[in-house]
Amino acid sequence: MTDWPVLSAVTFMPLVGVLLLLLTREDSVYGRRNILNVSLLTTIFTFAVSLYIWYQFDASNPGFQMVEKREWLGTGISYHLGIDGISVLFLPLTALLMPFCVLASWLTIEKRLKEYMIAFLILETLMLGVFVSLDIVLFYVFFEAGLIPMFIIIGVWGGKDRVYASYKFFLYTLLGSVLMLLAIMAMYWQAGTTDITELLAYKFPRGMQTWLWLAFFASFAVKMPMWPVHTWLPDAHVQAPTAGSVILAGILLKLGGYGFLRFSLPMFPLASDYFAPFVFTLSIIAIIYTSLVAMMQTDIKKLIAYSSVAHMGYVTMGTFAANTQGVQGAIFQMLSHGVVSGALFLCVGVVYDRLHTREIAAYGGLVNNMPKYAVAFMVFTMANVGLPGTSGFVGEVLTLVGAFRANTWVAFFATTGVILSAAYALWLYRRVIFGALEKESLKALLDLSAREKLILYPLVILTIFFGVYPAPVFDATAASVDLLVNNYSAALQAAQDVALSVQ
Amino acid sequence: MDTIIKAIVFLPLIGFLIAGLLGTQIGAKASEYVTSGLMIIAVALSWLVFFDVALGEEEMIKVSVLRWIQSGSFDVEWAFRVDTLTAVMFVVVNTVSTLVHVYSIGYMHHDPHRPRFFAYLSLFTFAMLMLITSDNLLQMFFGWEGVGLASYLLIGFWYKKPSANAAAIKAFIVNRVGDFGFSLGIFCVFVLFGSINLETIFAAAQSYLPAEGAEAGEAVITLFGMQLDKAHALTATCLLLFMGAMGKSAQFLLHTWLPDAMEGPTPVSALIHAATMVTAGVFLVARMSPLFELSPDALTVVTLIGAITAFFAATVGLVQNDIKRVIAYSTCSQLGYMFVALGVGAYGAAIFHLFTHAFFKALLFLGAGSVIHAVDGEQDMRYMGGLRTHIPVTYWMMFIGTIALTGVGIPGTVIGTAGFFSKDAIIESTFASHGAVSGVAFILLVIAALFTSFYSWRLTFMTFHGRPRASSDVMHHVHESPQVMLVPLYILGAGALFAGFLFHDYFFGHHYVEFWQGSLFTLPENEILEEYHHVPLWVKWSPFVAMALGLYTAWYMYIRSPETPKYLAQQHRGLYQFLLNKWYFDELYDFLFVRTAKRLGTFLWKEGDGRVIDGFGPNGVAARVLDVTDRVVRLQTGYLYHYAFAMLIGIAALVTWMMLGSSF
Repeated sequence: MTDWPVLSAVTFMPLVGVLLLLLTREDSVYGRRNILNVSLLTTIFTFAVSLYIWYQFDASNPGFQMVEKREWLGTGISYHLGIDGISVLFLPLTALLMPFCVLASWLTIEKRLKEYMIAFLILETLMLGVFVSLDIVLFYVFFEAGLIPMFIIIGVWGGKDRVYASYKFFLYTLLGSVLMLLAIMAMYWQAGTTDITELLAYKFPRGMQTWLWLAFFASFAVKMPMWPVHTWLPDAHVQAPTAGSVILAGILLKLGGYGFLRFSLPMFPLASDYFAPFVFTLSIIAIIYTSLVAMMQTDIKKLIAYSSVAHMGYVTMGTFAANTQGVQGAIFQMLSHGVVSGALFLCVGVVYDRLHTREIAAYGGLVNNMPKYAVAFMVFTMANVGLPGTSGFVGEVLTLVGAFRANTWVAFFATTGVILSAAYALWLYRRVIFGALEKESLKALLDLSAREKLILYPLVILTIFFGVYPAPVFDATAASVDLLVNNYSAALQAAQDVALSVQ
Repeated sequence: MDTIIKAIVFLPLIGFLIAGLLGTQIGAKASEYVTSGLMIIAVALSWLVFFDVALGEEEMIKVSVLRWIQSGSFDVEWAFRVDTLTAVMFVVVNTVSTLVHVYSIGYMHHDPHRPRFFAYLSLFTFAMLMLITSDNLLQMFFGWEGVGLASYLLIGFWYKKPSANAAAIKAFIVNRVGDFGFSLGIFCVFVLFGSINLETIFAAAQSYLPAEGAEAGEAVITLFGMQLDKAHALTATCLLLFMGAMGKSAQFLLHTWLPDAMEGPTPVSALIHAATMVTAGVFLVARMSPLFELSPDALTVVTLIGAITAFFAATVGLVQNDIKRVIAYSTCSQLGYMFVALGVGAYGAAIFHLFTHAFFKALLFLGAGSVIHAVDGEQDMRYMGGLRTHIPVTYWMMFIGTIALTGVGIPGTVIGTAGFFSKDAIIESTFASHGAVSGVAFILLVIAALFTSFYSWRLTFMTFHGRPRASSDVMHHVHESPQVMLVPLYILGAGALFAGFLFHDYFFGHHYVEFWQGSLFTLPENEILEEYHHVPLWVKWSPFVAMALGLYTAWYMYIRSPETPKYLAQQHRGLYQFLLNKWYFDELYDFLFVRTAKRLGTFLWKEGDGRVIDGFGPNGVAARVLDVTDRVVRLQTGYLYHYAFAMLIGIAALVTWMMLGSSF
């Protein structure tokens, strides 16, 4: 165990980078270089610390570790940090994607590079903060504040319809946030604490659970996003710059799933059980509906965005199956999707930088002059399709097993997703990569540059590595997931016993 | 032994990595030699294992490699399980794969992408080996989808051809439909047995069903709304697994991808779409025989689907003009035979036919490749003819393949080609079995045998006999293939002639028990091995008669009186079109699934997302709150800050409230 506040360190390390950036000036080539180097080094250091945390993490301990607790504002709200098996891996995931975002923005961001990088680094701090918070108010602050830099990134550096996209983003999230805030107040009123560890032990009465669950659901479902509150995502993705899409798909979408695992399931088990069929229904609709919609898209980014919604459907389904396979599958699916969808958006960025269009019809036959790109894209496509041997498969199959144990119909419909995902992903690949190279505009395209290789190859390796050897992930999560699942079923059992004894 | 097994499986993977990653650096020649060389080592080791495990004393070998997925009781690792069944598959897969590697050195001589081609071939071999060695269902699924990937890549190898790309996608997606069932089957097994490791399943399966006459027992699973007791749950599980087998082995209803897969280079068709990958479904059912054997209903379905496929594919094969498509439908049909054998409990006969079929079908495909090579890439038999004198070696090799496929041999003796032993064993077992549909299956198989003989000889006659119908320019260039392509044909030819005679006693005869050592499970009541020897004489002769009749008809229609086929086609126009268009399955599926899915996708996108959700959601809200022109201006300046402001107010309110609250 460490005796220095390692979680605070990892969370606020990006802010050190921000301070340094504030001291630099952007007005020359050297200034630009400095900004990029500072950002890159900051994110790499943060990643290194997050790996150190993973290394130090005691997998056999199901409770919270590396805890830091300080009074804050003298109100009962405390600055309380800690991680357990459910949150620990989201730190390296977040920290991993950031250096790639910096690299992906290396040449493409031409205006206000300094502000751009500052926005990203602040965003990183806020996202890391979400995963380490053990106080619900602290969590709320990080959770909601994270959207502000994202708004700025889409609104300032986005495409031409960026205003509409950020507006939609805003409308959706506003509703959820307000309800969640009310729920937090109600929880404090009832339990007298905002400390997550204490709230986890507190047993909310059944009637209250229902309302609290719904309020949290409103917020998390939008972030996931679940059908039918998903329509902000395709627009946001399309308008966001490449790195923005990577963070959006890679991490921001995971905040909702993490919220379900941290709050809904353990704090409101009776309500979760009661609403599980509802969540299953939405998840299945998400998987089938958005897969079909994805198939017909004409914009590459929109297609991948819709496929993200479908993949998040597996996460919600596995989570509310509330058994070991379902929950572990959901966690794994989030981690894997973070890498794979991030990588897919990076892939889109590679060709977008060359041609400045995302229209599928503008491409075709890229394999002829970009074979290396074709290989990388193929690996991520296959991971997206859930081919065994890639990380995409592991999460998908476990969530399906979990769902099958909970309800076979759910698994039946969700498994049709494996057919549909193959249809839209391979069709996209064929239209972009395969075929003869006939379009004049494409003939001069060059294969991956050294920088692009540096971005894509490590992700290729990770995708395959965790498909073949996912054990490190399961080792880290097993104990905490077991605790969660056991507490959950114990709570249901207890409620049932009470109901029986009343009769 | 452990190292040898690891070497067999991983050598092709190493070949794939070398040719795939370094192919452009080391060059095409080096890639060819490296991959083929590694395969030659692998095949030598495979035969060693075969002699040791199948023919020797060694029983089952298990080799653990690496942890894979562990989540609660769902616990699988990467491991190899080698018993006789696997050893047989080792030999089949690696022998054909090696020969195809070598053959391709000649066949792909002019292709600029040879390193990629050989990398894919090795990747395929690796995935196939993972499939047959797996000791749990999930690793089998890995191999299953892995061969699907390799098949997808190889069908679409010539990626500039739109038809090849379409065929590749079709193959992958139709296979996924089967995999849909396979996955659900795996989940069922997990729920029923608490594990998906074969050893655990097989051990539990022995005593799984309640004893005869006992209570049926309570429901063990609620599957799709049905409360199933143990026996029915097993049936459902087997049917779901079988759905996977149907996809991979191109059985009736999920067969449409196989003929289109002929878009790939011909060596690929020989390896993947004839000898190995498409037999994975047969392997799966044989491997899961401890489960299938317990479910007579599931076996009935297997028999029925197999028989229908054998018949259906043979009818379509009668009228096709593309040389590769004829052989493809023949493959489909022969796979049907294997499933019938599995369905009637003659697992040994099924694997025996798989074994012999690999030789003669690979021979036919590679022979067809040699023909196509000779006539400048032409595949339409209407533009061939009279090639016998120009490419005699290929002709004789194809001839051997044909007599093996049609099952030439003298009933009641041990004189005959490979197909004679294995196919007749299946037909006789079907007759002998007591299954619900075995009578129908027997009749369909005999008719299919007649058709098989007809289309095989039709192929031979149209290609090699008669007057040349190719342009004189093409005929001028017709040349025999180089030795590197012919030597594999010789080896396969030897197998097509002698594999049946040499091995029938082991696979489905007197040495059955020592040979299989329990790797194919049969109930004590299953006495098909004994009974099929005692079928009436006319049954033994029926495939022979069918074969002779088919030969005569083909000879009459294509040598004696070449006008007859045209006349017949005109007389029975409807039937001819029906067969030529493959019973219109492609059109039907296109209408039912492809176009429906696309229409539905567009509808959900434009109407669902666009009009309903956005219309009543964000856009609707906006329209009510703000004037449209005003909106944009306000958004740009205000919303972000509104949001931040709202959040701050919220926090402030919360904190204030809590401060007040804590003072109470």
